[in-house]
This record gives sequence, C-alpha cells and structure tokens, in this order.
Amino acid sequence: MAKRITDNITWVGKTDWELKMFHGNELSTRRGSSYNAYLLRGASKTVLIDTVWGPYDREFVARLKQEIDLTQIDAVIMQHNESDHSGALVELMRAIPGTPIYCTAKGEAIIRGHYHQDWNFVKVKTGDKLDLGGGESLTFIEAPMLHWPDTMFSYYDGCGGILFSNDGFGQHYASESLFNDEVPEAEMMAEAEKYYANILAPFCPMVTRKVKEILAMNLPLALICPSHGVIWRKDPGKIIEKYILWADAYAENQVTIVYDTMWNSTRRMAEAIARGITSAAPGTAVKLFNAAKEDKNDILTEIFHSRAVIAGSPTINNGYSYAMAGLMEMVKGMKLKKKVGAAFGSFGWSGEAVKQLSALLAEAGITVVDEGIRTPWVPDETALAACEEYGREFARKIQ
Amino acid sequence: MQKYVCNVCGYEYDPAVGDPDNGIAPGTSFEDLPADWVCPMCGVGKEDFSPAE
Ligand SMILES: Cc1cc2nc3c(=O)[nH]c(=O)nc-3n(C[C@H](O)[C@H](O)[C@H](O)COP(=O)(O)O)c2cc1C
Ligand SMILES: [Fe+2]
Ligand SMILES: [Fe+2]
Ligand SMILES: [Zn+2]
Repeated sequence: MAKRITDNITWVGKTDWELKMFHGNELSTRRGSSYNAYLLRGASKTVLIDTVWGPYDREFVARLKQEIDLTQIDAVIMQHNESDHSGALVELMRAIPGTPIYCTAKGEAIIRGHYHQDWNFVKVKTGDKLDLGGGESLTFIEAPMLHWPDTMFSYYDGCGGILFSNDGFGQHYASESLFNDEVPEAEMMAEAEKYYANILAPFCPMVTRKVKEILAMNLPLALICPSHGVIWRKDPGKIIEKYILWADAYAENQVTIVYDTMWNSTRRMAEAIARGITSAAPGTAVKLFNAAKEDKNDILTEIFHSRAVIAGSPTINNGYSYAMAGLMEMVKGMKLKKKVGAAFGSFGWSGEAVKQLSALLAEAGITVVDEGIRTPWVPDETALAACEEYGREFARKIQ
Repeated sequence: MQKYVCNVCGYEYDPAVGDPDNGIAPGTSFEDLPADWVCPMCGVGKEDFSPAE
C-alpha cells in the first residue's frame, strides 16, 4: 500500500516484517526491514527514487501501477544499485523500457554488472540537477563508499527540503508507521546504531567528509528519507549529529568481553576479569558475550560502542575457536579506530590461542595493551583471583 | 608533490599526509608507495588511481 509523505511525495516501498537475515547470513535483522522507494511528483516531472528487493518486484510494480500510470514516470533515480534497491528494475523496465535511469557512473556499471541490460542511462555527478518544474529541482550528491562506490544522495528543494539518503541514516526496522516520531525511539535508535556499526563503520572517514560537505551547504532540511526503516521527521538534525559522533572513533565507557568456551573454563575467566574491571572502574559498563551463542552482529555493535574489547578462547587443536575466528574477521572489516584490547583463555598443553587472538586484535587495528592472561585447565580460586587482578590492571591501563 | 584520487571511491592520497594507519610515512610520493598498497577506503590497487586535478 502506498503511503502519503507530503502532498506530492508518496512512499511506494515494501515493508518486510519477515526479514531476519540480510546480505545472505552476514547481517541479522531481528526487527525486519523495509525497502523504501519514493514517488516524487513535481510540477512538470514525476520521478521514482529507488525500487525494492527482487523477491518483491511484481508486488512493487503492481502497487505502483495502482498509484500512477507508469508511463507518467519521467525518470527513475537509482541512488545505489545493490539488489535490495535495484531488484525490481527488470520488472519495472519491462513496462517502461525507454525511461531514463539517473545514476552515477559507477551506478551504471553496477546496474549493467547485475542485469546486463542496455537501458537509457543518464550519468549524474555532484551538483547536477533535475528540473521538476515549478521552480523546484532534485540535486544529486555523490556519496561514494556510503556504502558502495555507486552511492549517491538526492536533495529536493521543495516541501521545506528533503534529503533522500539511500542506505545512509537507514535502519533495518520494519514499521507500519513511516516516521521516526511514530515509533519507540530507543528500539529504533538501537537499530540505527546496529546498522551504522555493521554497514557503515568501515567508511567513517567518508561519512565525516560527506556529512561536513552537506552541512556546509546549509540546506533547509525538513525530512531525511533513507532507503531502510523510518523517515527522520522529528529533529532530523539529530541523526546527523549521531553520524558525526559515530564516525569519529566512537566509544562509550564500556568494555566488551567476548569469548568462546568448551568446558566453561574460559567463561569463568571472563567473569573474573569482569569482576576485576568493575571493582577498579565502577562506572564502566562491562558486558560479556559468548561468541558462539550471541548474535554476531549484536556483538559487533557492542564492540563498536566500547572503548575496549577483551577476546577469549580456549586453545583448540593449536588454534582458537571457530566462533572467535569468524567474529575477529568481522571486527577487522570494521576498521575500528582508537580501541584498545587484550586476549585471554584456558588451555591444556600448548596454549597458542591467547597469542593468536592478540595478533588478530592487532591486525584489526586494536591496540593490544599487554600479553593477556592464560590459565591451564579449570581455574581454581588462585587462578580466578589472578584473572580478577588482571581485570583491575586492565581497567587501570585503559584509564 | 602530486596528489592522487581513487577512481572507485574518491579517496585522495595526499603525499604530505601519507597513510600512517597502513605504515606509509608522511612525505611518501604516490610513485614510492609499495606495489601492494591499496586504497584504505575501498581496497582497489594503485592502478585505479588518477592524478588529482
Ligand atoms: C556489505 C558488502 C560489502 C562488500 N565489500 C566489497 C569489497 O570490499 N570489495 C569488493 O570487491 N566487493 C565488495 N562487495 C560486493 C560483492 O562482492 C558483490 O556484490 C558480489 O557480487 C556478491 O556476490 P554474492 O552474490 O555471491 O554474494 C560488498 C558487498 C556487500 C553487500
Ligand atoms: Fe546497500
Ligand atoms: Fe540497502
Ligand atoms: Zn578507493
């Protein structure tokens, strides 16, 4: 069902309450998501901004037809061509094959790379405008690597100013309401942060640059319309401020301890280290996660949120655990800045895991503060006391 | 020294700044970057860079 945003802008996307995993199994989306597409009717030109994911292509085009005679669409604006937004293009272009597709040069290459069609591409660059009539226009702003090379934003100067930001400022958050002021703020903001941590974190320098560039334009801004989740209507500047904060080596006063364990020795070490940190630095939030049991993307969000990360694994066949290996690969991809960390774990006879985890932390750009702590077999009271002391020492080191 | 821009993502390599996060000292010219240096933003190689205008 199409939904009204303003007198001349209609949401024509798809709300996907069932989506639980995105990017294959790379990203959990526990609150579902939406693929937002927008129909913008100017005085003389009507444009469609983005489409939806492939599985919903027919539904999307059928609903769009109820909203508008497709031949009345003067241009399709493709801001980013990952298949969650371009997936309905083939079905749509079957109906209106000659309609121009506005996108960046990289966008054209990516659309061609996905659908292998020779559509009517119009390449745009930052500052290019599409005149909508009535003295209003849509201005394109290239935003490479936010989060793909093809990404661009589009700014509409009508309705008090609207930024169509595609994946930027998005949340995987299904909602029947369209606006941020109509949903519980805390759960929606948690999804916005999870989205940033899991999708945009590697590109923090580009986020900073692009947000500053947009702020310097001094544009009036009534709405920010992303391609996933709710529209920022109440205080749209707030999510921009959040992005500035998140992009600048974000860290709250939190230590995240993430570990795996086979027979609970490493878990007991984790708990003792946590006690030590809390006793030495009572104001610090300390959180523990079993990497094999907790959702990996929620752990990454917690790490993103933290000043420090302590990674634990028992030694298994001269190495470390499967879950910690996968998690550390994901942490590396986030290109985190200014975080500190260390490793720990229980072992039996050779005990390589702690050294190896320390190396993985360093490879992920995390400053390793010491050589970590190892305990043979099941920790006794003395070993647990040593872990507590290690936690206290760690808390002092990272003050 | 000549700056270079990544054709894929727009990252600018400024020799005056270098790429300290990846062990490239300030003052390193683009030509002197190791052959296996990659764009710190998007990961493409030196061949995907062009001189900045
Ligand atoms: C989150 C994400 C990150 C990506 N990062 C890169 C990258 O760093 N380098 C690259 O060459 N391609 C990257 N890609 C593009 C994918 O490799 C490309 O979409 C590929 O066709 C996906 O193959 P699949 O359908 O088997 O998943 C990325 C895609 C996504 C969704
Ligand atoms: Fe995307
Ligand atoms: Fe997306
Ligand atoms: Zn690049």
